[in-house]
Amino acid sequence: MERARIVIREGKRMELTLQVLDRVKALIDRYPEGKQKSALVPVLLIFQEEQGGFLSVESMDYAADLLKLNPIEVYEVATFYSMFHPENTGRYIIEVCRTGPCAMCGGEEILSYLQQKLEIGPGETTPDGLFTLKTVECLGACGNAPVLQVNTRFHENLTCEKVDQLLERCRTAGESSIPFEETWAGKFC
Amino acid sequence: MGRKILLEHIGIPGISGFSMYRKCGGYQAVEQALREMTPVRIVEEVTRSGLRGRGGAGFPTGLKWSFMDMKSGKPRYLVCNADESEPGTFKDRYLMEHLPHQLLEGLIISSYALGANVCYIYIRGEFKYLAGILGTAIREARANGFVGKNILGTGFSLDIYVHPGAGAYICGEETALLESLEGKRGNPRIKPPYPAEKGLYDCPTVVNNVETLASVGPIIRMGGDAYAAIGAGNSTGTKLISASGHIRRPGVYEIEMGLPAEEFIFSEEYCRGIRGGKKLKAVIPGGSSVPVLPAELILRTAKGEKRLLSYESLADGGFESGSMLGSGGFIVFDEDACMVRNTWNLARFYRHESCGQCSPCREGTGWMEKILWRIEHGKGRRKDIDLLVSIAGNIEGNTICPLGDAAAWPVASAIRHFRKEFEEHIKEPGARPTGGQTDKRMGGQVKCVKMQNDDSAHYR
Repeated sequence: MERARIVIREGKRMELTLQVLDRVKALIDRYPEGKQKSALVPVLLIFQEEQGGFLSVESMDYAADLLKLNPIEVYEVATFYSMFHPENTGRYIIEVCRTGPCAMCGGEEILSYLQQKLEIGPGETTPDGLFTLKTVECLGACGNAPVLQVNTRFHENLTCEKVDQLLERCRTAGESSIPFEETWAGKFC
Repeated sequence: MGRKILLEHIGIPGISGFSMYRKCGGYQAVEQALREMTPVRIVEEVTRSGLRGRGGAGFPTGLKWSFMDMKSGKPRYLVCNADESEPGTFKDRYLMEHLPHQLLEGLIISSYALGANVCYIYIRGEFKYLAGILGTAIREARANGFVGKNILGTGFSLDIYVHPGAGAYICGEETALLESLEGKRGNPRIKPPYPAEKGLYDCPTVVNNVETLASVGPIIRMGGDAYAAIGAGNSTGTKLISASGHIRRPGVYEIEMGLPAEEFIFSEEYCRGIRGGKKLKAVIPGGSSVPVLPAELILRTAKGEKRLLSYESLADGGFESGSMLGSGGFIVFDEDACMVRNTWNLARFYRHESCGQCSPCREGTGWMEKILWRIEHGKGRRKDIDLLVSIAGNIEGNTICPLGDAAAWPVASAIRHFRKEFEEHIKEPGARPTGGQTDKRMGGQVKCVKMQNDDSAHYR
């Protein structure tokens, strides 16, 4: 795939495909002229996804150039929102909901189980670079508690067996091989 | 069976797609509104319906719309608040996943009524898959001439865009949402000016919740008066209730306003009672921010009347013996639930989500979490309970946005109704397991282990 190589100040570099750049330009067009700053969060989300779930300083600087902002305006936004990961992360970021309804319906046990299985604590990455474990606040799926997200995909009504299966699939065919219908019970009435 | 208005077509295969939605009478309200009604007439109809904001505040929607500055000469915006993050609430997710076109229909009619030509759906970043579903729905609506230039040949043009957030509870507050939509940190603004005067890009803006806007189509179809005839008192129409916690059948239910809470919890049609044959201990009826009520007060008011699921009935008794309908996030606790642990959990949530602008909230939420952590972990002090009440009282009403109140109420109400439990924790450390509640559904596979992830560990 054709890649655009963008050289940013002091020789720092990042690569993006031309398709991604087109997506970014289309995003900016959604907002009125002169209000391109609005595109900042969506653009950073795209850059993070492109870099495998990690938001580098280079990409933040590039976003600043692109949107005609001062780098500090980008950094202050990137550090405000919990979905941006400024540290290097594993290939799969497992985010376990720890708030009220999940916590009282087995979420705490799911987290302990993951800690035992992966032998890491929240905020840590497995030595093989495959999994990063995190706790997050309410994911808005309380009816199917306990829930977690793997790279923003929901997995709900969890049990220890389901967690085992999930980890296994991540290690073999990849998490995205799990069909959407299987990621949750779909039993909302 | 309660009447279904929002979820009338739920369960029909393919209803999330344009053609099936259209076949079921979808977009007729748009045709009716744009062809036969003036914007003023639509605002009138919504006002008559008595529709109140479904995001939690319960502010009359028609009144909010009437504040829109129509004379400024600036562009006007409609912003749909899909940042559903209130713990215990998952109705908007359900609505958007299954009935995206019902939301779009509401957005088109509301934008027309408010004279807005651009509408943004601000959706929480964690709902990435929903952004995809909405994006598809918008493309379908555009292809069929309901979004874009000169809709239905009426001369009215509208663009709808989905804007993702990136993880921040506070962005559900309307001015924080607007800040975030402008590409900034989600710090709430001081009001006034209200968004209706100076909102997005300093232009007149209305921000409404997903469920509120999705109700607009049905209101136009059936007429404001017919909608107002449903419900009880000033709580008109139907409401989506997200039921979670220790009930046999959690899920999203559409109820007619005024349904008795007892019926909702125990009847076969709704939650089907408490799991495992346990007794009901407490309910948070409107999302984690509203006061918790013990079993006797959720079933009956202090006056002995049946407690109904409506704005008025749930608020009956004020904060002494009442609560609020809020977002309709109905969290049920069984007799084994530990109120101290749950209150600590929620206090941690608000500490994490405080934006940090106002000292009472930034500092107070941290103090409350710290004190609740030590009570829960057997290190509580005798004066801690009164200290918590004092901190909660000093946060409440002293912050720019309602997050301060939302953080204070769960703590104050838990102590008001379950003071004994807090005292027991302090008197007899270890009287209750302090290391997690074992969930019976887990089949006892995982023992009640001491959590290694109590991230308040630094308090020890």
